[in-house]
Amino acid sequence: MATETTHAEGVVEAGPGMPQLDFSTWGNQIFWLVIALIATYLILSRVALPRIGAVLAERSGTITNDIAAAEDLKVKAAEAEKAYDKALADARTEAQKIVAEAKAEIQKDLNAAIAKADDEIAAKSADSEKAITEIRASAMENVEKVAKDTAKEIVAALGGKADAKTVNAAVANRMKG
Amino acid sequence: MRPKGATTKEPEMATPQDAGDEGGLVFHPMDQFIVKPFFGDGTEVAWYTVTNATVWMFLAVIATFLLLVIGSSGRATVPSRMQSVAELAYGFVYKMVEDICGKEGVKYFPYIMTLFMFIVCANFLGLIPTAFTPTSHFAVTVVLALAVFLTVTILGFVKNGTGFLSLFWVASAPLALRPILAIIELISYFVRPVSHSIRLAGNVMAGHAVIKVFAGFAAIAVISPVSVLAITAMYGLEVLVSFIQAYVFTILTCVYLKDALHPHH
Repeated sequence: MATETTHAEGVVEAGPGMPQLDFSTWGNQIFWLVIALIATYLILSRVALPRIGAVLAERSGTITNDIAAAEDLKVKAAEAEKAYDKALADARTEAQKIVAEAKAEIQKDLNAAIAKADDEIAAKSADSEKAITEIRASAMENVEKVAKDTAKEIVAALGGKADAKTVNAAVANRMKG
Repeated sequence: MRPKGATTKEPEMATPQDAGDEGGLVFHPMDQFIVKPFFGDGTEVAWYTVTNATVWMFLAVIATFLLLVIGSSGRATVPSRMQSVAELAYGFVYKMVEDICGKEGVKYFPYIMTLFMFIVCANFLGLIPTAFTPTSHFAVTVVLALAVFLTVTILGFVKNGTGFLSLFWVASAPLALRPILAIIELISYFVRPVSHSIRLAGNVMAGHAVIKVFAGFAAIAVISPVSVLAITAMYGLEVLVSFIQAYVFTILTCVYLKDALHPHH
């Protein structure tokens, strides 16, 4: 074994040039290295790597599931929104229908009331017409009568002997003109 | 942190060499790599002795355990900080293996993860002042690289039979060139474990040695501020190197594994 890898420089005593090339320690290092490597390998292959692998797989599974669930919820939300919109539209049409119905009913009532009122007004104005006609007729009659009476009186006052029949005819004749 | 630890350590490391007494500049940049028994004062290192290398290797194992096992013990869907780091390390290596070797390579993920975690933990722990870095030793990296080389070669023959040899027979090249290319490919194949191991140990060792040299300069009052700055900068670089070298080692392992699984160019 090359234990004597020393530089014989004289001044510096002993001291290996490169401890790496001191082959007397190789057996020791290799022995312990092999043990250390086997220990590391057992730790990794038995415990560490399966565990970390499982954690990573579980995480990616969880993430995938969560994304799928989120996708589901999104679809559901879209459906709910659609249903809401539909309900809203339905309610709106319903409301419009009700409003239209109410309006039609009111219009009907109103029309009936107006018609009734018109009828009443018409009746009343017919009555009034009749009354006015009567009043007018009676007034004309009165005027004729007053005119005949006045004419008789005037004729009498003028000294003539008034024939009632003649005077009446004359007045009637005159009033027609 | 590093300058203080390094400079205070220097005389202590130098005393066994009797060189510290001479005064002036004393560099022992390589002393930090000496493997010695962790318990007791002896220097005798038998194959079973618990050395400083042993201790730091097992600290790397413990660090791996703390990060990956204790860190992930919460099994939380929303991870804690430690668990995030553990998952990051897992995902980092897993993706590397999957990208390079394809689906078939995933089977070998625990082996590659073992290499990566051991190297990265040993490298980072080695950056603690006065620490020992197991990955700066060729004994360690050669074993790691040879393990990869042998595994990949055997796996290649088991999976593909003699078809594995088509790795050296570049079918897309002109026929006349193929024998020459085969020789080059063969040589490069056998150089792989050498470069694979020396790259890691060399990088780690060089960085630590350079820091030690700067620390030696810090003994001179005039230069010491520059020296401390240089050590700080070097330390930052070493943090980067620690990770990058672990990454490079791992990714090369994946590339070699890919060659074993799919030898056809």
